Amino acid sequence: MLEIIAPENLAYAKSKVLTDAPMHYCPGCSHGTVHKILAEVIEDLDIQDKTVGITPVGCAVLLYSYLDIDWVEAAHGRAPAVATGIKRTNPGLHVLAYQGDGDLAAIGTGEIIHACNRGENISVIFINNGIYGMTGGQMAPTTLIGMKTATTPQGRQVDINGYPFKVSEIIALLPGASYVTRQAVHTPAAVRQAKKALKKAIEKAYAGKGTSFVEVVATCSSGWKLSPTEANRWMAENMLPFYPLGDLKDS
Amino acid sequence: MKGNEVIAEAAVRCGCDAYFGYPITPQSEVMETLMALRPWETTGMVVLQAESEVASINMVYGAASTGKRAMTSSSSPGISLMAETLSYLAGAELPCLVVNVSRGGPGLGTIQPSQADYFMATKGGGHGDFHLIVLAPSSVQEMHDFVSLAFDLAFKYRNPAMILADGVIGQMMEKVELRDQRPRRAREEALKDVGSWATTGKAGRARNIVTSLDLDPARHEKFNQKLQAKYAEIREKEVRYEELLCGDAEYLIAAYGISARIGQKAVELLRAEGVKVGLFRPITLFPFPAKQLAARAGQLKGILCVELSAGQMIEDVLLAVGNTLPVAHFGRNGGIIHSPNEVVEAMRELRVKNGLYYTWTGFA
Ligand SMILES: Cc1ncc(C[n+]2csc(CCOP(=O)(O)OP(=O)(O)O)c2C)c(N)n1
Ligand code: SF4
Ligand SMILES: [Mg+2]
Repeated sequence: MLEIIAPENLAYAKSKVLTDAPMHYCPGCSHGTVHKILAEVIEDLDIQDKTVGITPVGCAVLLYSYLDIDWVEAAHGRAPAVATGIKRTNPGLHVLAYQGDGDLAAIGTGEIIHACNRGENISVIFINNGIYGMTGGQMAPTTLIGMKTATTPQGRQVDINGYPFKVSEIIALLPGASYVTRQAVHTPAAVRQAKKALKKAIEKAYAGKGTSFVEVVATCSSGWKLSPTEANRWMAENMLPFYPLGDLKDS
Repeated sequence: MKGNEVIAEAAVRCGCDAYFGYPITPQSEVMETLMALRPWETTGMVVLQAESEVASINMVYGAASTGKRAMTSSSSPGISLMAETLSYLAGAELPCLVVNVSRGGPGLGTIQPSQADYFMATKGGGHGDFHLIVLAPSSVQEMHDFVSLAFDLAFKYRNPAMILADGVIGQMMEKVELRDQRPRRAREEALKDVGSWATTGKAGRARNIVTSLDLDPARHEKFNQKLQAKYAEIREKEVRYEELLCGDAEYLIAAYGISARIGQKAVELLRAEGVKVGLFRPITLFPFPAKQLAARAGQLKGILCVELSAGQMIEDVLLAVGNTLPVAHFGRNGGIIHSPNEVVEAMRELRVKNGLYYTWTGFA
């Protein structure tokens, strides 16, 4: 029985860029899946030694515990400015900013817009789960109309809360952003696709083409108060029609 | 040269790696001068106009986390915006330089000079238990000299440093001796100093993480104790101050920055009248020269604090000398600068007048 555990029979191995620290995410949370494919992409591109990541304030704040690269923890929303400071003074580094939708699309709107507009040669990974996961499920700018959250207990209403924010569409308008794509990780096919997008994003930014922006439409089973499977289904049925997947820009 | 221009010259010449800033009066000449100098073509220094002070200081945070000598400059309202990240810088133990050419507040206040940011600079200016190392120049030459001094102290203690100037020093023209060009630190040389913590890519070592987060209470308390030990060491070793005619003085004028220049003139005028008065000028506002001032208390009949504020440094003077002698404040606000004669008058009276100054004789 044990003989079959041999390198030539290995179908899957944990990326060496992932640490052994157990992830703190809720079951089914998209953050963990994105971390895993990000680790694999870093390994595939062989850039572990020349990559600096920036973690957000949000559920992914402890991302620095899970990927074995250098990390800088930014203030809430400021990762694109921190990334700018790193990349401008260290052009030889791969610089990755990882942000949630509260972090990037609310408090940090100014920083992301201007970093993309300047065409900073960085990659931004934007986890759009339509909610503030970390602080207990409050409304995010990306929360869908009618969606119940801790601060929209009757559901998001346009007259009170305005409209859900389509960030990638706006980023795609900026000349400094060269690659803008919207991905998801709710099915194996989507995961494969998202991994490809991440790889391309990192390569393009490093080649000096401008900012790469990868949105990942994500689940937050705890915030949405759904089981992991229900959350995946709910996301496909409700989030994806409003946030359609695919490349928005590839120049 | 103008004080603000000298900050820019000094930054390039001391091998600064990066400047990030956002325009605000009365210090916009700092970035304008840098843009005209084009140091990216000579030393390789990065100069970037950011979209806000929030972005500027976070760019500084990013560059500093890779061990670079990074700086920004602004004036009071802009420094208020930086408060959160100043705290992050202190919490992540990152060295950098922030220049505040301060103006009058509160609010949009005035673009005229002020020293009303003393509390913000020395008592926090952000959340949590932390201090900046604060240097207060009172001449254009010191604007120049303190740029490299601030970077050296910041890196020595891995702590953000601030030059707290005022609109007068920023706009004032004086002769200045510029230092020779020091090259920016080469990567290998820098890594010897910062390699144990800087996030430069983990080649050849375990990864580095720059963060101020620690959710473990015991560990985080230890970290806070370590920070306090660092501040205690800074208090012990890095106090800088200047005394003028203090030897036989019965009265002191305590003042920093532009107020010290006016205080100096007032001392001359008072000495001509036969008043035994000296000038005590804190150069480091944190660490405040408390012991050094207290050492003078025994010979004194009173201290007059002269500030362009409603009375901020006076609190540190009172902490230093306690209720052993009368301590008075004479301040102007709104961008109005005291004349030496007004200071002379205030020293003569050392008492309340027109609400402009008050006398504190300790806790009754
Ligand atoms: C300046 C500041 N304001 C507010 C907070 C509180 N806070 C922490 S995380 C967060 C929202 C995170 O939501 P999101 O970016 O969507 O990340 P998620 O947890 O959903 O992945 C907020 C408001 C903070 N830490 N700092
Ligand atoms: S709260 Fe939401 S985003 Fe945070 S770990 Fe749980 S599922 Fe993930
Ligand atoms: Mg979110």
